Amino acid sequence: MKQFLAFVKKEFFHIFRDKRTVLILLAMPVVQIILFGFAITTEVKNAQIAIYDQSKDVVTQQIIQRLQANEYFTLVENISEPSQIEKLMKNGRVSMVLVFEPNFQENIEHLGKADLQVVVDATDPNQAKTMTNYVTSIIMQYQQEFIPLKSEVAPMQIVPQVRMLYNPQMVGAYNFVPGVMGLILMLICAMMTSISIVREKEKGSMEVLLASPIRPIFIIIAKAVPYFVISIGNLATILTLSVFVLNVPIAGSLTMIVAVSLLFILVALLLGLLISNLVKSQVAAMLISGMGLMTPTMILSGMMFPTESMPVILQGISSIIPARWYITIIKKLMIQGVDSVYIVTELGVLILMLLVLLAVSLKTFKKRL
Amino acid sequence: MNDIVIQAHELTKKFGDFTAVDHISFEVHKAEIFGFLGANGAGKTTAMRMLCGLSHPTSGSGSVAGFDIAKDPEKVKASIGYMSQKFSLYGDLKVWENIRLFGGIYGMKTKAIASKTDVILNHLGLMSEKNTLVRDLPLGWKQKLAFSVSIFHSPQIVFLDEPTGGVDPAARRQFWEMIYEAVDQGITVFVTTHYMDEAEYCDRVSIMVDGRIEGLNTPAQLKQETTSTSMDEVFQKFARKATRNQD
Amino acid sequence: MIAVAVKNISKTYDKVSALKSISFEASKGEIFGIIGPDGAGKTTLFRILTTLLLADSGEATVDGFNVVNDYKAIRQRIGYMPGKFSLYEDLSVEENLEFFATLFHTTVQENYHLIEEIYKQIEPFKKRRAGKLSGGMKQKLALSCALIHKPSVLFLDEPTTGVDPVSRKEFWEMLSNLKTQGITILVSTPYMDEASLCDRITFIHQGKFLDVDTPRNMIAKYPSKLLAVSASRMYPLLLDLRANPQVLSSFTFGDNHHVTLAATYSVEELAAYLRLKNHEDVLIQPIEPTIEDCFMQITTTADE
Repeated sequence: MKQFLAFVKKEFFHIFRDKRTVLILLAMPVVQIILFGFAITTEVKNAQIAIYDQSKDVVTQQIIQRLQANEYFTLVENISEPSQIEKLMKNGRVSMVLVFEPNFQENIEHLGKADLQVVVDATDPNQAKTMTNYVTSIIMQYQQEFIPLKSEVAPMQIVPQVRMLYNPQMVGAYNFVPGVMGLILMLICAMMTSISIVREKEKGSMEVLLASPIRPIFIIIAKAVPYFVISIGNLATILTLSVFVLNVPIAGSLTMIVAVSLLFILVALLLGLLISNLVKSQVAAMLISGMGLMTPTMILSGMMFPTESMPVILQGISSIIPARWYITIIKKLMIQGVDSVYIVTELGVLILMLLVLLAVSLKTFKKRL
Repeated sequence: MNDIVIQAHELTKKFGDFTAVDHISFEVHKAEIFGFLGANGAGKTTAMRMLCGLSHPTSGSGSVAGFDIAKDPEKVKASIGYMSQKFSLYGDLKVWENIRLFGGIYGMKTKAIASKTDVILNHLGLMSEKNTLVRDLPLGWKQKLAFSVSIFHSPQIVFLDEPTGGVDPAARRQFWEMIYEAVDQGITVFVTTHYMDEAEYCDRVSIMVDGRIEGLNTPAQLKQETTSTSMDEVFQKFARKATRNQD
Repeated sequence: MIAVAVKNISKTYDKVSALKSISFEASKGEIFGIIGPDGAGKTTLFRILTTLLLADSGEATVDGFNVVNDYKAIRQRIGYMPGKFSLYEDLSVEENLEFFATLFHTTVQENYHLIEEIYKQIEPFKKRRAGKLSGGMKQKLALSCALIHKPSVLFLDEPTTGVDPVSRKEFWEMLSNLKTQGITILVSTPYMDEASLCDRITFIHQGKFLDVDTPRNMIAKYPSKLLAVSASRMYPLLLDLRANPQVLSSFTFGDNHHVTLAATYSVEELAAYLRLKNHEDVLIQPIEPTIEDCFMQITTTADE
């Protein structure tokens, strides 16, 4: 035990005496959360819009005028064919198109209801959401002020039908917090652990350690302990920052969130160990964990792009990425605040991964060089 | 004398308040084998870097092949060859690819490289290994090849930094015979080594202690000055004067 | 008492055979030197004996324990200094030593007497990071760390490579002192001049042990009469010696050439030949061979 503690102490020395490591381990989570938090702005100004007015009557003209008077929107194009909608969206000239149905005014006055279709580019889901909110509120305002004066028939209403293009599930809003959690825990546990183990191999000190009485498995566990501790610290930092600085609520059970995070940390540590079993140089460890773990975590885990709209093959790949399941659970627990019953599948997958990784790492672990 | 190819005058390099090289002055003549000895950390590597135009002197001056090492480092680099124990050739390139690469780096024409490659490989007896990866060559052969490559572009001076470390005794001697051959062709050789028998092969030897040159003479006279029977003894006597301990 | 026994050990990496059926025994308390250039197989042998690698065939014991089955027992009782500097550069001198002491279930205080002589030379710098030490001091620290648990067998893989002659000499003085404590030392080196400081040596060449004997006997076994030849112009002298068919071998050796002659060819005849080639100040003296002469003679014979 004394041996083991001496080892853990030495590991902490290695970490705290290398300024770059300290920076990566302690500053990065803070920087990432802050960056993500403030880079995602929810304010919209001068969004370029197009209008497809199939009715061209008094009401539609009045609505269009109101939209133009608003600082949020700039009308850049009046179109006359539905096919133009997609074209304008695709080449990025406009981010929203309003489609007034034919006989808009007549429908309001006689049927008490007219349809207004709002087509939004939801590539940036936050912005899309904000724009539709603005449009809806402008129309509501118009409705309250003008329509009752024109007719006695009630209730009359304009029904905005919102269609999100490209990103219908509106993934993104609060997603980055669970995403950053997954990314950082993966980085610290898998990448840093594997690099620090492989460093000993590369420098030759592993030879001395293996030729000593300490049990080889303890060498590895001792190397993982500091990263485990630091991960927990980072978890606390991220949660605190997101609640108090970014105002992301923790809707579900904090205990569950912590428990699931610990499970994920173990999975990531085992991944790191597995990598260090397989490679001999720090560069290789960095490449494998960087390319093999970090990149897929960022791209395929649903952190940046929703997994639902990925091609089937990428969905398949994403399902073997631990972070994907972890991020889903955290999203559900933290943002949606669901009951633990709803995360049973994801939890099961993570536990299964833990067991498989444990078996494989122990199997590939070498007690000789 | 007109045949001075390396000249150092009060050459000094400081890192912060640590003086790695402390006002060293010496001259090396054309076609001379100049042994540059010193214990680990005496300042040999730093001095050598300045002479090769890789490091700017803090004070003092030096010229190599007629070019000022501070003002014309690029011209200095173009007129010297360099080889060290730590890095000599690319292990993952084939023998001829290494030669072509270094010939190309020094601006030789493709045709000249091709014809000279064959001459050198024949001379080394490595023709059959032309397509072998350098990492698969035994160390002794690799170092001999590395030396040939370092003088491939016919430099005036070649700097050798511990070229024979770990090489077997027979290969070490063959290596020195190649040095003699190069000197016969008028190339000046500036060499560091930890093998004291190799110090005997040099025309003149300097011994650095704590950043200064404490001894500089022919091996025979150094032995006489210190009443020693071998260069090993000479070196021990000088190096034990050292007071500083860090690299 | 046999401390290390090796029987027909072979090891092949990717079809390249690193060790070819090596056998030897080292007795308790002796300094056994394995002399040979880089790539001869020294490190492979050390790794097999320190239980870090498995041999393809053959058997070996260290302190009576089998290197394959009893690896745990061996790891308790050996000290190992691999070729690469293997201390932690970001830990201080003191921290390194304490770490290795704890690793081997002991404390610095308990075995301080073992390392005192070596360690007191670096003790003034005990707060300094190991990475900031000079080559010679790093070596002393590494040796202290390998000794702190009082190993019965010490494996030193090229401890002096790249180290200057002064530090090398000091290092060997330390080894001779350790011997008096009954520690068996297996040491490898590419420096032939260090061989004379071992009790027994072997020449390792392309994965084979060419001979095992005391340095004295190695020299006594040298088969021919060796001459030291010098003249005013050494390189032309070497070329002329090579050109003479009666000269069997000629190698540069410090300030003279070491030469062996055919049995029928006399020193006088050689002197006459060199005069004919216009060499001045020719000096020919019979000398005792050095270990390096022996190594070259034995390896050349082996290659033929």
